[in-house]
Amino acid sequence: MSPFVLASIFDSFSGAIDFIFHQREAATGGLQVGGLDQVWELTKEHLKLSGLALGAGLALALPVGLVLGHRGRGEGLAIAIGNAGRAIPELALIAFVVAYLGVGLLNATFALMVLAVPPILTNTFVAIRQVDRDAVEAARGMGMRESEVLLKVELPLGAPTIMTGVRTAAINVIATATIAPLVGVVTLGDFIINRNVYGDEGVLAGAICVALLVLIVELLLAGVQRLVTPRGLKLQRAAVPA
Amino acid sequence: MTAAAHLTPILAQLGPEFFKERSDTGCVQENGAFCFSWAADNFDRYVTPTLEHVMLVVPSVVIGFAIAFGLALLSHRRRWLVPPITGATGVLYTVPSIAFFFLLLPITGRGTDTAIIALTAYTLQIIYRNIVAGLANVPPAARDSGRGMGMTDRQLLWRVELPLAVPEIIAGLRIATVSTVALATLAVFAGAGGLGDPIYADITFKTNVVIAGGLAVLLAIAFDGILIVTQRLLSPWRTVRPV
Repeated sequence: MSPFVLASIFDSFSGAIDFIFHQREAATGGLQVGGLDQVWELTKEHLKLSGLALGAGLALALPVGLVLGHRGRGEGLAIAIGNAGRAIPELALIAFVVAYLGVGLLNATFALMVLAVPPILTNTFVAIRQVDRDAVEAARGMGMRESEVLLKVELPLGAPTIMTGVRTAAINVIATATIAPLVGVVTLGDFIINRNVYGDEGVLAGAICVALLVLIVELLLAGVQRLVTPRGLKLQRAAVPA
Repeated sequence: MTAAAHLTPILAQLGPEFFKERSDTGCVQENGAFCFSWAADNFDRYVTPTLEHVMLVVPSVVIGFAIAFGLALLSHRRRWLVPPITGATGVLYTVPSIAFFFLLLPITGRGTDTAIIALTAYTLQIIYRNIVAGLANVPPAARDSGRGMGMTDRQLLWRVELPLAVPEIIAGLRIATVSTVALATLAVFAGAGGLGDPIYADITFKTNVVIAGGLAVLLAIAFDGILIVTQRLLSPWRTVRPV
């Protein structure tokens, strides 16, 4: 790479950083865009939409996965939903919702929820199924009711695997929330999609913000995963050489 | 809602009128749930985007497999390399493809190359993890038998360990391929065409969205089927579900 190319790359990125920190006039004129205030505003909107979608996905998929896993029923269904979920084309999903349901926060939440359900459902099912059968039998032997077996034994022991599904869902939801401006929800993706307003530096700034946001959330959720892993499981893993 | 003309590829630049011009049926005017006659008349419009889509997915998965395979072999006898490689590919996997496209833009410009780099980066983690898991799950007895027959490390790897790991490796390729077919609809934002191109050209036209989205799903199923058959042919003694 010639020094000239490197210089132009450097210019692009320093321009994008400048866009994040300082307001400027929109490429279309008039409006003030960029700056920390707007970045923070769009980040909040991005997180709000993602949080709603992830919450709705959890509310739907977690109970179903727990019950199916506990009863050992519907394995084919749980696995098939997980596989089918990966095949959903993100842009087509968003477009489908716009075309058939229209724009708005509710519809955007629904679209992203569709992405959140499969990994949570499949991982919850698998998490409960792979809990040590001896631990489950011991719980029954201690006189626990089925609901207690599920909530006090299977759920804690399956928590790390369930969290893996939640992390996958969260990453996918936040990533796809980038194109939510197409459904009329102004997330950080607005910087990317409306280049005519924000200019090249705004687009790059949007990409930087989205990437950072996802990485931060991923780190936080990895921390949560560590917190919800029962100490017994950690000790067991440490004892068995990998 | 529609981005600047220069940001979007050819089909998208032409706009909604381009899609509707060839038909004057009431269904298209009213944007009916699905206009069969329009679909039959205009199906040829989706051939090029479908081929472009294939040409985004295939190179991405092939290059991703080559890199991940190299990394897996590198870390096979050097186990300490596994955590750092998993971490690095994990970051690449986590960065959303659409952000990746625009982060690469100042470096590689608009077009297919940029899209393929981002999609390749996305596949690494999935494929790498499955190859490593596949090699780790080889039964020690099989390894011992190989050694007992006087195999060198290299012979052991290529004649015993890798063949036994084929089901896991292909399971990883299936996940990577199906996800990449879905993600490649976003390549339209990198100016790389694909099935995202007609979708983005008119995201409110129901028939258009269903055809293009449906083709993307069918493509994913087709690739998955090819990989399942490949796995059966390469390792007829065992079948495995993707994890």
